[in-house]
Formats: sequence, C-alpha cells, structure tokens
Amino acid sequence: MTQKTDIEATSNKFLRGKYAIAGIGETGYVRGSGRTTKALGTEAVRKAMQDAGLNPGDIDGMLSYSFNDSTFTPNIAGELGIRPNFYMDVYGGGSSIEALIGIAMGVIEAGMCNTVAIFRAMNGYSQVRIGGTGDRGAVRPLNGDSLFSRGYGLMSAGQMFCQSFMRHMYDYGTTPEQVASVKAIHSEHASNNPKAYYQKRVSVDDVLNSRMIVKPLHLLDCCVETDNGTALIVTSIDRARDCKHRPAVIQSVVGRCCKPRPDMHYQSGPISTVAGHYAKDILWPNAGVGPEDIDVTGSYDAFTFTSLMQLEDYGFCKKGEGGAYVSDGTIRLGGKRPNNTSGGHLCEGYTHGINMVIENVRQLRGDVDDSCPVGPDGHRLHSFDYQEGGCRQVRDVELTANLGWGTPGLGSAMVMAKG
Amino acid sequence: MTFPNEYLGMPVKIDELDHENRTFFNYCAQHDLHLQRCNDCDLLRYPATTACPFCACPNATWIPVEGKGVIYSYGEVHHAIQGAFRKHVPYLLLLVELDTQKGRPGPFDGLRLTANLVSSDGELATPELIQQVGIGSRLRIIYKDVTEQVSIPLFTLDEQAEQPENPWRYPIE
Repeated sequence: MTQKTDIEATSNKFLRGKYAIAGIGETGYVRGSGRTTKALGTEAVRKAMQDAGLNPGDIDGMLSYSFNDSTFTPNIAGELGIRPNFYMDVYGGGSSIEALIGIAMGVIEAGMCNTVAIFRAMNGYSQVRIGGTGDRGAVRPLNGDSLFSRGYGLMSAGQMFCQSFMRHMYDYGTTPEQVASVKAIHSEHASNNPKAYYQKRVSVDDVLNSRMIVKPLHLLDCCVETDNGTALIVTSIDRARDCKHRPAVIQSVVGRCCKPRPDMHYQSGPISTVAGHYAKDILWPNAGVGPEDIDVTGSYDAFTFTSLMQLEDYGFCKKGEGGAYVSDGTIRLGGKRPNNTSGGHLCEGYTHGINMVIENVRQLRGDVDDSCPVGPDGHRLHSFDYQEGGCRQVRDVELTANLGWGTPGLGSAMVMAKG
Repeated sequence: MTFPNEYLGMPVKIDELDHENRTFFNYCAQHDLHLQRCNDCDLLRYPATTACPFCACPNATWIPVEGKGVIYSYGEVHHAIQGAFRKHVPYLLLLVELDTQKGRPGPFDGLRLTANLVSSDGELATPELIQQVGIGSRLRIIYKDVTEQVSIPLFTLDEQAEQPENPWRYPIE
C-alpha cells in the first residue's frame, strides 16, 4: 500500500485563529484525593468556567476522555446546571485532548453548540492505575489477541513502548544520560510549580540510579500517577475576547494521527520514528509557522523518551539528534525553547495530556501560577529568575506547541498563539 | 499426551469466532510457523488478520514460513506487572524480525514477532542467557505446548547460526 506523501490536511486551515481556549481549571494533583471522579470533574469544570468568567448557561457543549475510569458528561453537567446541546465521552488517554479540541472547533463550526467544556477526571493513583493497567495480580484468560501481548508479559505502556525506545538508542546512539536529562530538567521546572506532585529537583544520576522497571526505563524515566480533575473551555475567538483572560488562540490542531499499522506500529517502518513524523505535515502548514517559531513546547512525557522522540519527529531538531536537543539546555527554563514548564507528567501530575495544554495557556497569558508575588492588578510580578522555588514564566511567549502521545504509533498536536 | 491447558498459570482460551488466531495457533500446536499470504499482493503478515494490511484484500492462504530471524529490538522487564511473570524477572520482551520478507514492502519494514527469549527447552531465559543476546542476535522459533490446539511460539538462540560478536545491548548493565 502506498502512503500519500503530500498529506491533505483534514482541518480547514482557514479555521486558523478562529477558536481559542478561554478558560482552564484544575483540582490539586494528589495521591489519595478521597473523592469521586465526579467530584474532581465537577470542580475542574466549575473552575474553568470561573476562570473564563462564564456561567453554566454559557456552556452548551461538553467532551471528555477516559479509560472507563471516570465519570461521564451527564453527571458532571447535571451537578453544575449545564444543559448541553452537544456532548460526547470518548475512549482514550494520551493524544485525546488535542483531538477533542479539534472536535470542539468542528461542532461549533457546524452550529451544534457555541462553547465547549472538555474535562478529564481520574483517580489515577488511588483507583485505576494506568501503569498497572488495571490488572495487578489478576489472572485473566489469554485469548487470541492477548496471546501476542499478555502471554509474553507485554502489557503496560512501558512494556509496549520499550522496544521503540531501545531501537532509538541503537539507531542513533542516544545515551541513557541524554534521556535522563528530560526528567532532571522537568524536575527543575516542577520545583517552581507549587501545584506539582514532585517538586524536588533530581539529577541525571538520580534517574540512572533509580531501579530498573523495564530496560531502558528506570523508575524516574516513568511519569508519576496522580488523582486529579482538569478542564478547559473552547469557544470562538470573538466570544473568547469577551472572557476574563487573554485568549490562547488555536492556530492548528492534529488529532490522533497514526503511523501505518495503528494496531501494531512496530510492523511498519523504523520503530524509532513516531507518529509525529506524519502529524508534523498537518500541524505546521495549518499553523502557518514552523518549529523554529515556537517559544514553548509541551511534548508529552509519559516517559522521558516520549518527549525526546516527539520533539525530534516534529522537527525541533534533526532526526536522530533528539538526545542532544533535550540535554544541551534548549528545553530548560531560560533555554531557547523550554519544554513542559510545569514539570509535565514526570513531575506535576498525570492527566493524559490536558495539564500540558493548561500550562501553555498560562504561558501565553503571561500569568503562570508560580511563587512570584501577585501585583495590584491580580497578575503575578514575574522575576524570570528560574532558580529553585522561583519563577517559571517564560519571557514574551507568542507561540506554543503541544505534542500529545498515545503510543509510538499515535499522536496529536496543537499550536496556540498569544491572543 | 496430556496438556497443561494453561501457560505460566494463565488459562488459555481462543474464542470460537476468532478463526484467524485459532488457525495460527493450531499450526503452532503442530510446531509449524504458518502465516497468511495475501492472495492479491502476495505479502505475508503477522499477526493473523481478517484482511491484508497492505491492500485490504480479504483472501489469504496459509503458507509455511521459516522461524528464523534476528532481535530487531527488545526491552528487559525487571518490574513485572502481571503476577504470572513476577517470579520470572528479568525477562526479555523481544521483537524478532524474520529473515523472510525482511525489507518488504518498504526498506524499513519486516515481519516482526513479539515473543520472550527462552532456553532451548522453552523455559524463560536465565539472567546468564539474557546477557548473551542483544540487537542482531540470531534466534530460532520453538513452541511451548498448552492445549491440543494451542502452543505458544517463543524464541531461543539459534545454535546453528553464526552469532554477531557483540550484539548491541543497553549500555548500562
């Protein structure tokens, strides 16, 4: 089968700049929320409405994503007095949020509703732990398809992705130290984030000395598991301009873009190449900018490797040079193009991607919630001093990119601009 | 002959409607590797599917394939998730690329089988055996019998083959 090389973008590039994220909401990122996912989702959506300055009657569309580990939209809408004209709860984790933002734009464009709240609510530590894939210790019969996976002890995300990570080291000479620097740098960012679950800085040696989970992944190469509710609100640029904060304007979105053989990505092509290789050909032409124009990235860090491989395949560096890119200071606060300034999934908390979008909305507003003092106008007086416990606002952020990860063969992405 | 009807304590049951996997594992029970070859484009595929991943043709023919290849990549599990594997750590998650159809249909494509590394009698490899292999090591298929209709395909070092002097391994032991 021949693959089209000149990919026709599925979203109309003239939607560029027509939609925005107008509100964001989060609970704490904790272990042991002591609450239902309904309570977490309700709090997150309510906070996102408050952040936007909107009332329940202003929200008429809702979307959510989950792995059957959450509460569906009607129960969240019901608690908040929202009457949706449209809603949908989709199955999936990483790579969902950017795809759902695209869907929100589409349903508003279709006249189905005006303003969409998207949420992800999960007790990812105290109830359904994704790392354990809900099957810790349990013995389920092996059927036809699982004989190829569970029958070989191949089940968790780390176990499914490790061959791609290992092959990247083989193909390009990527070193364990380079990879570990992703965690070290994200932990520096998290040390300036009072919300982060892990706020302690760790070194490259700390990562390499942590116990091996599945080679090449040490414990600290893997993200944290937490309980949290997170939400954001998508609406037209005109409505967003009437909201409380400066809008984060959506320039381009790619949703659940796949490598060939999305069922078994390792059957096709070099496995050290990920879905971003295909997604970039939609993302950049639709945004009208390229990777060199981006000020802050949010490259999904389920694992240290996932940030690295995506940054490389989206063109932030040459193919194969991801190891150097993530370890030469570029992705650090104060560097040329910081990545995951909140600490991401490795440190802040695990949400399947939405907290990395929320962080970039804050960066574009110029109002990241670090420890800098709040001025008389309600905005933080940022010091741009990135030492431990200090600032994490990047100067003059005009453009951000989110790179969502589902598997090596599945990715989503979004470019946002300062409103 | 009696069969254990389970593998590492996990019961095995292939759905009766899953004709493709039942056929694949039936051949495995005869210690024979058979894959589907598309009747239109002639490409082999793994695992068993209901249509051709390369041309969507629904019709295929099962043909014998030599169970030999190299380690294309691997992971080494030290923290098992499933109870069945906890007493077997470390174990290798192999991606074995068969010699058959290597580099087809694209230059970086191939028939890549997931499996574990095992000893020549089908037991999950010891730490000593694991340290002998890496990317490029040559392996051959062997089978662990589970039921009359199902054997699990696994891979062991190919004693007849010339092995690379230094197969690539993760740089930190």
